[in-house]
Amino acid sequence: MPEQNPLSYRAAFNLIIKRDLKIAFRHSDDIVNPLLFFIIVVTLFPLGIGPESTTLARIAPGIIWVAALLSTLLSLDRLFKSDHGDGSLEQMLLSPHPVFILVLAKIIAHWLVTGLPLIFIAPLLAVLLHLNENSYGALMLTLALGTPILSLLGAIGVALTVGIKKGGVLLSLLVLPLYIPVLIFATSAIDTAAMNLPYSGQLAIIAALFFGSLTLAPFAVSAALKVSTN
Amino acid sequence: MWKWLHPYANPEVTYHFTGKLIPWFKYLSLALLSVGLVWALAFAPADYQQGDSFRIFYIHVPAASLSMGIYFGMAIAAFSSLVWQLKLADASAAAMAPVGAVFTAIALFTGAAWGKPMWGTWWVWDARLTSELILLFLYLGVIALHNAFEDKNLAGKAAGILTLVGVINLPIIKYSVEWWNTLHQGSTVSKLGKPSMSLDMLWPFLFTFFGFAFLVAVIVCIRFRTEILARNSMRPWVKSLVLAESK
Repeated sequence: MPEQNPLSYRAAFNLIIKRDLKIAFRHSDDIVNPLLFFIIVVTLFPLGIGPESTTLARIAPGIIWVAALLSTLLSLDRLFKSDHGDGSLEQMLLSPHPVFILVLAKIIAHWLVTGLPLIFIAPLLAVLLHLNENSYGALMLTLALGTPILSLLGAIGVALTVGIKKGGVLLSLLVLPLYIPVLIFATSAIDTAAMNLPYSGQLAIIAALFFGSLTLAPFAVSAALKVSTN
Repeated sequence: MWKWLHPYANPEVTYHFTGKLIPWFKYLSLALLSVGLVWALAFAPADYQQGDSFRIFYIHVPAASLSMGIYFGMAIAAFSSLVWQLKLADASAAAMAPVGAVFTAIALFTGAAWGKPMWGTWWVWDARLTSELILLFLYLGVIALHNAFEDKNLAGKAAGILTLVGVINLPIIKYSVEWWNTLHQGSTVSKLGKPSMSLDMLWPFLFTFFGFAFLVAVIVCIRFRTEILARNSMRPWVKSLVLAESK
């Protein structure tokens, strides 16, 4: 008689999200530090380039997005590392639930604590950089659709490097090339919005990237985790 | 149907088989390249618009197509390794990655050298160039991942997953000149049956293209054999091979 599975898929999904959020809030440094990094990187640019508002407004979309990529990259490490260290990752892979669901839950939890705060802080930084007023909507929309892609694609890189001791630099080498399309279309959307032109085309491509990675990335992540935990 | 393939899952058989292939590829490549390059650089007619500087085409285009072709080959190897657990497929992917990276770099450098007289700039951030640059980064990531693991089996699987994720870049490179309005010119060769270049120019291209393709085959075969030896260094057949060599 096979043992009845006590947890439904939905319950397991919710459980992992709750667990990861609880862990994240217990180590609130992990949430705050990437955000501080985001803010500091953005403030470096006006100091380095000079405070002319026209120049800043021109490069603001790129600065905000590059800073978002880098701060996501910094926060990726905690996605699987501690779970791999204490063995709970292996237990998750051994559990009867599909790895897809567990991985997706972990990625969503990661986005909630790292991607979502970026979206809330971005308009504030956009003010500092004199971003064109027409662009705010585009900035928020691209960040809302784009940061989940960063978490999803980044998870593949982390899953591949989690077993390696010095995986940090390698992780950036693997993940940053995959981020380039998001960066291109997001900044192009914001630039187009600044000229008061419709930017729905770029937005549609980012949305397509989002749904593509949402459905495919968890498979790659679970395959990579199985390799890494061996 | 696939039974004839089975013996090649044995590293020893494949090692000797590729050893027999190498001379064929070597002399074919040598012949095609020497004929093709002399024809292309000295005898092919100059372009009516670009003059003689178009001749870099005969290195640039083969290098660029092969950089994508090698990546595709690596992806097929990675796929068969993940699905059918073929250990040799991992070894072949590891053998292909640096070759592909070098050809991508050649394509980028010759492209820059061609772009300077034609476009007046070494580099523009257009779709074709950027996506080819991303291809280089993907190759470097795959190589780095191969080197990062002590256990070569794990390294092959991890690099294989990354390779398959990166396959999405290939159609982007291929169609970037059609999807976006770019400075890079459209394809002239691959329109099957109706190439938009004159035959005097096309024939030397075919020679150089296949010459470089066989050159890739030679280098990949040599690297593949070394990879096989390194991975099977504890096996008796490798030991007897080394003993026979050192006598």
